[in-house]
Amino acid sequence: MDHPLRIVVAKPGLDGHDRGAKVVARALRDAGHEVIYTGLRRTSQQIVETVRDEDARFLGLSSLSGAHAHLFPQVCKKLVEEGLHDVVVFGGGIIPEDDRPALHEAGIRAIFGPGTPTSEILEFINTAHNKDDVGVGQSGTWFWESSA
Amino acid sequence: MEALHQQAMNGDRRALARMLTAIEAGKVDVADLVESPLPESGWKVLAITGAPGVGKSVLVDAIMHRWATEGRTTALLAVDPSSPRTGGALLGDRVRMTTVDDPSLSNRVYVRSVATRKAIGSVPLVVGDMATYLLGCGWERVMIETVGAGQSELRCAAVADRIVVVEGPARGDGIQAEKAGLLELADLVLVNKSDLEGATRHASELEESFALNNEAPEVRLVSGLRGTGVDEAAHALLNLSSSGRSVRAKMRERLHASLERRLTSHPAYNPTLDALTLGTLDIEEALMALLRESHERSS
Repeated sequence: MDHPLRIVVAKPGLDGHDRGAKVVARALRDAGHEVIYTGLRRTSQQIVETVRDEDARFLGLSSLSGAHAHLFPQVCKKLVEEGLHDVVVFGGGIIPEDDRPALHEAGIRAIFGPGTPTSEILEFINTAHNKDDVGVGQSGTWFWESSA
Repeated sequence: MEALHQQAMNGDRRALARMLTAIEAGKVDVADLVESPLPESGWKVLAITGAPGVGKSVLVDAIMHRWATEGRTTALLAVDPSSPRTGGALLGDRVRMTTVDDPSLSNRVYVRSVATRKAIGSVPLVVGDMATYLLGCGWERVMIETVGAGQSELRCAAVADRIVVVEGPARGDGIQAEKAGLLELADLVLVNKSDLEGATRHASELEESFALNNEAPEVRLVSGLRGTGVDEAAHALLNLSSSGRSVRAKMRERLHASLERRLTSHPAYNPTLDALTLGTLDIEEALMALLRESHERSS
């Protein structure tokens, strides 16, 4: 890769569990990417502004509090409102199978549950980076079939 | 790119962020886009440096907060190290930034995380170009928070008008304060974590050491966390004058940084490094190959 990808890893809402976010951030770092970690308890507005100001290509959202169904689509909506259509969004945490179709519908291209190998997340990043219509506000219907 | 540049000049932050990415990647030359700020008595670009964990990020955030409430605009370029093995980086300075998250102040503050990438030292030279661009886009001041830097890391002098060194308690005995290096270039020293034991003593040791010089930088006790002394420090920073001792050092750092940039931006840089690793080339031959012809920055 010519230049490293810039990836924001964010913790939306009232959720203090960031072990998973840190593991993902570390794996992305070790794969040669530049990872901007937001820290805990960010609002969707703060996350969107961070993505904008840091000119990130990807946004990873982590939630273990059960609020994903509310928070993730809210972030996606604000990204589109800010004109950040081409940012690729993925999510992770405790996210039941039943909740996932709605999140894909909102523009999230991958959901990774507990036990996902970090290599799979890197594979997703590489695959999505080479597609040109998988941004949060773009027309592509592709999403990653995750193993966990 | 021209359209994006115009949008950035008109205050579009997404366009600004994208322009900074292009500048960082060496795809555009800042000199073609904006005028360099004219040298004047006041400063435009301030470097905040000091050892890892001494409290630079929290302090910078507190200072930016103060300036933002006074209606001033500040852009921060927060530098963190890239991995020498993989090139990746974890940019974590935003974790400690709250001003940028305050909706009433966020339009006066811009925070951008920057990885050192191939550059050696605490600040890549390209950060100076990014600062010039931000000033050209109308930001009043730019702060550069360096990688946590030790005693002899002076690279920030290459890109900043003023240097603030952040110290903390438990930073060694009085002899540390006597040692040559970074502290000699400081225009101001902030001893952070003033609420902790040892901060006051360290500040007086630094003052004693500086007292032997003709032009000594001021030493101030602050606590970024508690806010003690921060408003006063933020005010003092606005009119911080140059110690004047740093001009030659600044030029030396610029020279070295420029040479380094020429090496690392050479199209043959990576192949040369591979050849060195394999032992098919020695250092002299590598230098010959990378410095022989002057060249435009790779695009």
